[in-house]
Amino acid sequence: MALIDFFKKIEPDKKKSPFLHTLYDGFFTFAYTPDTVTSGKGVHIRDGMDLKRTMVFVVLAMQFCYLFGTFNIGHQHFVALGQHTGLLEGFHLKLVHGLIKLLPIFVVTHVVGLGIEFWYAARKGHAIEEGFLVSGALIPLIMPPDLPLWILAISVAFAVIVGKEAFGGTGMNILNIALLCRVFVFFAYPTEISGDQVWVSAVADGVANYGWWHTTVFNGFFESIGWSTFQPGSPVVDAFTGATPLGLAAAGGWEAVTDVYTTSQMWWGTIPGSIGESSKPLILVGVFILLSTGIASWRIMVSMFIGGAVMAMLLNIWGANPFMEVPWYYQFYMGSFLFAMAFMATDPVTAASTNRGKWVYGFFIGFVGMIIRVLNPAYPEGWMLAILFMNVFAPLIDHYVLQANISKRLKRA
Amino acid sequence: MITLALVAALFLLGVILQVADNMLRIEAKETGADKTGVNYSIFPNFGDMFSPKTPPFVGNAPYFHLKRGFDIPVEGVPHSEVEEAPRGNTFAIQPPNFIGMSPIPKMEVAVGDEVKAGDHLFFDKKRPAIHYVAPVSGEVISIDRGAKRSIARVDILADKEQKHRELPSFDEAEGSREDLVNFLLDTGAWTLIRQRPFDVVPEPTDQPKAIFVSTFDSAPLAPNLNLAVRGQEAAFQKGLDILNKLTEGTVHLGLDARGDEMPAAVYSEAQNVQLNWFNGPHPSGNVGVQIHHVDPINAGEKVWTLSVHDVLVIGRLFTEGRYNTSRVVALSGSEFKAPRYVRTYQGAKIGDLVKEELTDTKIRLISGDLLSGVQKNEEAFLDFYDDQVTSVEEGDHYDMFGWLVPSGIRPSVSRTYATNVIFSDTKIKVDTNTHGEKRAFVVTGQYEEVLPMDIYPQHLMKAIMANDFERMEGLGLYELTEEDLALCEFACTSKQPLQAILREGLEEMRLQG
Repeated sequence: MALIDFFKKIEPDKKKSPFLHTLYDGFFTFAYTPDTVTSGKGVHIRDGMDLKRTMVFVVLAMQFCYLFGTFNIGHQHFVALGQHTGLLEGFHLKLVHGLIKLLPIFVVTHVVGLGIEFWYAARKGHAIEEGFLVSGALIPLIMPPDLPLWILAISVAFAVIVGKEAFGGTGMNILNIALLCRVFVFFAYPTEISGDQVWVSAVADGVANYGWWHTTVFNGFFESIGWSTFQPGSPVVDAFTGATPLGLAAAGGWEAVTDVYTTSQMWWGTIPGSIGESSKPLILVGVFILLSTGIASWRIMVSMFIGGAVMAMLLNIWGANPFMEVPWYYQFYMGSFLFAMAFMATDPVTAASTNRGKWVYGFFIGFVGMIIRVLNPAYPEGWMLAILFMNVFAPLIDHYVLQANISKRLKRA
Repeated sequence: MITLALVAALFLLGVILQVADNMLRIEAKETGADKTGVNYSIFPNFGDMFSPKTPPFVGNAPYFHLKRGFDIPVEGVPHSEVEEAPRGNTFAIQPPNFIGMSPIPKMEVAVGDEVKAGDHLFFDKKRPAIHYVAPVSGEVISIDRGAKRSIARVDILADKEQKHRELPSFDEAEGSREDLVNFLLDTGAWTLIRQRPFDVVPEPTDQPKAIFVSTFDSAPLAPNLNLAVRGQEAAFQKGLDILNKLTEGTVHLGLDARGDEMPAAVYSEAQNVQLNWFNGPHPSGNVGVQIHHVDPINAGEKVWTLSVHDVLVIGRLFTEGRYNTSRVVALSGSEFKAPRYVRTYQGAKIGDLVKEELTDTKIRLISGDLLSGVQKNEEAFLDFYDDQVTSVEEGDHYDMFGWLVPSGIRPSVSRTYATNVIFSDTKIKVDTNTHGEKRAFVVTGQYEEVLPMDIYPQHLMKAIMANDFERMEGLGLYELTEEDLALCEFACTSKQPLQAILREGLEEMRLQG
């Protein structure tokens, strides 16, 4: 126990430096589960599950999305340039390019988000809560790879301060933090997160533009071992548009989509899009982890799928434009439905909190989201807005479920 | 043409069946027969078709298969042998055990007095009719005072030969209910009855809607109550007969249908009571859960509950003609060298019971079970209604990255511990570590998973915290006491003190009247 003695020795004084102590406490309880015992009245033994473990399982479930997302940033970049178009060709370049894009996003998200969390925890004098572990892991996955970091920093700060701390911290927020962060970018800086030009990184002006890391550090390294290198100034191929399947579908229906992307491309995720949402099988691995451990609500996932499918079928029947005629099952190949279902809708704090309420909540996310996606020309994808919309309605849904319970009890008397 | 006639005939038959079914149901509801849980519809219950088969010994009595709940597999289950020679030298009655009692009861004895078992010790100043009596005969050796001169404990050093107070006469055949109530008040047996809501000793003027006795305890390491009645069959049945005189309603007995073995015959063949069988994980043995399924408590209604031990004491008033608190107490938990049962009297000193029985680790002793008992030490005494001393190792140790890769197996309802899922029956050595820090409510739906009642515990807790009386009442506060929420508190990811919050709400409602 030498290490723990060292940790105990460096503990800062709580009164003299509350911020340092909060910080210390956060890291210490991360390294060691504390030695607190149950009180003398009430339960004497406690379940081995705590909030840290709950949160970390969600983060673990999205690790495959991180792996693939990183690689796909690079892959899409080189496909646009017409270089290394095979999936595994130029693997080292794609990976390095992905990391160069993703790591700053990840770091900025966490420095800003956790920094605010720590500061509020110190100010309020309570322990650091784990809520931002999941939000912080989700935010990079739902951003476009080229998002300027200062915009990211502002949106994370907005989401954490206005979305969470203003309501009292972890467990009290009404809106999903990660989505609030994204929606902030979406409305404040729409050109950075919509249209065809933002989903493929580093090709903004029609040529590949690289930074110091690419040209100096890694090109030098790759050259020295004889591997292929980044080629600054390479033009994009003529056929490149950068459009996502949803953009294509909105313009020309399923045929327009399949002209550019195959269904298996969409399924496996080698298409442009937000960083982590493109690969369906890897999201399904996450879904499996979340459901088999019982951490996320299967009720929300199932009902959201039903809601989306029902609306898509209704739109098929209506069939007034090519987008509506996209076969309902193909709607799930495009866009971020699965990612939103697995990681966003199931956030327990902002979802409905009763089991019956979860059915209604999930169903309407699917239903409303599909309406936004297909019928609203201004928004290419619907889940972000649908989930935030239903976040607001979740307390109302719960209210009616509880009222039913109450009136049932009254009637019984 | 023939097909059309066939379809019409089938349709007609369907309508007739449906109407008949509805009429049966309405009739069952009017007479109150549907409350017993028997399916009075002519169609089989959809749920019944898929639930496991009813055990054969249940017969036609109502049978409840509760699916939600959790059995925590804990090491230290007591062996089913009872050490019959009574243990213990010192016994105590502790006024704080009785919720709502005035903190300074009026003493009827002084230090140094000799008392017989059943002699009055003190009475509640708010309700002077209710006498609290000596569990054993002996000398009053001390009257301990707590904060603000409240009386915390009255200790009695027991005689070697137990002497019993001569009871007032009561004509069982002729006596009215009022006479019986007065008799129970005078003998002290009244204090053995607990009233729901609030878990308090009932008012002498009250009429309960029904009386419930659970004949099994499903909590982890709980005592086997079949052992408690062995050789006391007549007293138990007599106790039930007496309870029948106290209520216009029904006396309900909750029976254990969890195993393949039938419970003791005195339970399953009890007379003049309604038998209700319960199968399923803990808390199926909690009387509160049983009440919820058989005849739930509504606002303004009162239900009485008794433990098996208390029914025995009441029965013995008539079969033996004396107040005899002899009871079987379980010594359970991994820190006993040989967990087993001993015979003693009510309110025994814990040190007397556990002497030379414990291992050498740092131990917490509990009066009651692991989920809703109270921490004690060897100098302290078993609480009034408790029949169990539980030992558990103190868990005041750090665990490196314990939230991710714990150093030992921990009990958990969560499926994130693969070992708990695969080896779900393996007994685990538990300790008192909280395995994490207190947090705000984040995870939803987890309490409902372990509480087989139509109640939303998390919303009820929030209603209590917000002091929303109407909502507390509406969401079923009256149906719960601490032990019913104990498993939810165990499972709580946010480590919230649910039982303490619940009691806060109950107290507020009780004081509102």
